[in-house]
Amino acid sequence: MIDIAPTIAASSSRSYNWFDLAKRHRVLLASIFVLIFPFVMPFTALAVNILIYGLYALGFNLLFGYLGLLSFGHAALFGTGAYLCGIAIVHFGLPWYAAIAIGVLSALVMATLIGSLAIRTRGIYFAMVTMALAQCVYYIFYQAVDWTGGENGLRGINVRAINLFGLHFDFINPLVRYYVVASFVILAFFVLSRILASPFGAVIEAVRENEARARASGYNVVATRLMTFILSGGFCGLAGSLAALHLSIVPIEILHYETSGMVVMMALLGGMGTFFGPFVGAAVFLLLENLVSLWTVHWQLVVGGVFVVCVLFFPEGIWGTILKRIKP
Amino acid sequence: MSGLSFDLIALQLFTGLALGAIYVLFAIGLSLIFGMLTVVNFAHGAFYMVGAYAGLFLVSMGGNFWICLVGVPLLVGTFGMIVERFLVRPLYGRGIDYPLLLTFGLSYIMIELIRIAFGTSGYPFDTPELLQGAVDIGVGYFPLYRLFVIGATAVVLIGLWLFLERTSFGLVIRAGARDPQIVRVLGVDVSRVWLIVFGIGTAIAGFAGLLAAPLQGVIPEMGATILAEAFVVTVVGGMGSIGGAVLAGLLVGVVVSMSSLFAPEMAKVSIFALMAIVLLIRPQGFFGRAGLMS
Repeated sequence: MIDIAPTIAASSSRSYNWFDLAKRHRVLLASIFVLIFPFVMPFTALAVNILIYGLYALGFNLLFGYLGLLSFGHAALFGTGAYLCGIAIVHFGLPWYAAIAIGVLSALVMATLIGSLAIRTRGIYFAMVTMALAQCVYYIFYQAVDWTGGENGLRGINVRAINLFGLHFDFINPLVRYYVVASFVILAFFVLSRILASPFGAVIEAVRENEARARASGYNVVATRLMTFILSGGFCGLAGSLAALHLSIVPIEILHYETSGMVVMMALLGGMGTFFGPFVGAAVFLLLENLVSLWTVHWQLVVGGVFVVCVLFFPEGIWGTILKRIKP
Repeated sequence: MSGLSFDLIALQLFTGLALGAIYVLFAIGLSLIFGMLTVVNFAHGAFYMVGAYAGLFLVSMGGNFWICLVGVPLLVGTFGMIVERFLVRPLYGRGIDYPLLLTFGLSYIMIELIRIAFGTSGYPFDTPELLQGAVDIGVGYFPLYRLFVIGATAVVLIGLWLFLERTSFGLVIRAGARDPQIVRVLGVDVSRVWLIVFGIGTAIAGFAGLLAAPLQGVIPEMGATILAEAFVVTVVGGMGSIGGAVLAGLLVGVVVSMSSLFAPEMAKVSIFALMAIVLLIRPQGFFGRAGLMS
């Protein structure tokens, strides 16, 4: 169905064409793009947002695009990362790197909890159960006012400077902030690419393509699903932690149903099951939101319309369609 | 007298049943559409919201609540049929996720259109004069309107049951749910059946929105919350099972009202705990058939 996914077999073919070459060096190409990206954007803060949501969509795509499970509850993972990273700084005064580690870890734990309940159901139930559980997480954070600030959100996550190995970076400077976030995103590109190229990555796609055959081949389908859900949660937790540092507050809306829906839209707009597609989707979504809201407050109408057109006519998404066209 | 007398608990039980009645109506439409079309309608909450606004619109045009009871399901159901015919139908046979994604995107458009037409802030919705006040139901005074909600739900359920079980068209619908291919071979236009089922399901959602309007007011986002709660109902009851939707809907309503009596801070979370328990013990729900959804 989706043959734009990476194939390990590509490395064994004798003559490379440029397409396979690009595929082999996808991390490098994506990283180069990320490094020059802020200079083609209207303003840097938007570029930082696109990076963060691109990472969020990347993590979501591991589950939706590569494993084929549609989750409508990823806001819970993104939001848990953001809140716990923020709480680590605001309530415990931890340094930024420890806070990010706590954000990622807590998202992994949350993904384990939600995942082990949700994968008990199959097929279409999965979307409904993840959405309901994410709603539950929303209420829990909403009511823990002492820790999360409840309706007002968690305020006062002030990270002014990034100190690393004796180097001192001014985190207030937008471009510095961009490259700090970008270094995490490039790291995530590398880790994701490694996961997908590993034998485990092949099993993930085998489960998507034919569950019965994967099971008959001796792979543990349930464990693969849970593991992928948890890994996806790790990426989303990292994105959430970076969002907390970037925004310096965590609004309660981060756990809202719309944050879950947004990432579904991004992944599908860009092209699910492609390496770089979710990033493209996040960029298109946020640029659309920014441009349309200059003209009308009802930007969701335009975004919803673009999404519906995409589902009807371009199910492979923007990046997926481009890849299909240019593939030699 | 102690704070938690038997009468208070009994009254709270009735409040839960009235709340559950809304869940039942909402979930039954969802379940009907899924059972027949295998489409999870993520826009169901938006249809529910449109139902409430359609009621508001009819009242502002000089209609009254009783006209709305007939007019709203007709309007919303017609709209639902248009959506099925032109947006959902092209996606049949393209994988189970696509209609879900489409209806999800559609819900954004519907909510935004309502915001453009009616503004972003909410409206109150007056309880019809005839149904104001409270009546003595033996254990204490109970709002008449909530009693009416329970009664109206019962009427819809009985009507739906008679339609599905006692009419020849209902027979076709049930056959289509079991094996659409055989039904097609027998010369029935299945796509027309699906069109009507989608229309009925969304009409009931609009009706539920109208019934809920006097209880909680009307805002553009009213559909999103109940959608998540209705998913709990369908998971607990078993997707595609109407009996399951009824039982689980009432159960969820009672759990919400009881937990808001005994542990108010747990009220919102309690139904999700219920769902977690059901998932652990019986993943396919009370009445769900195992393996149906694979």
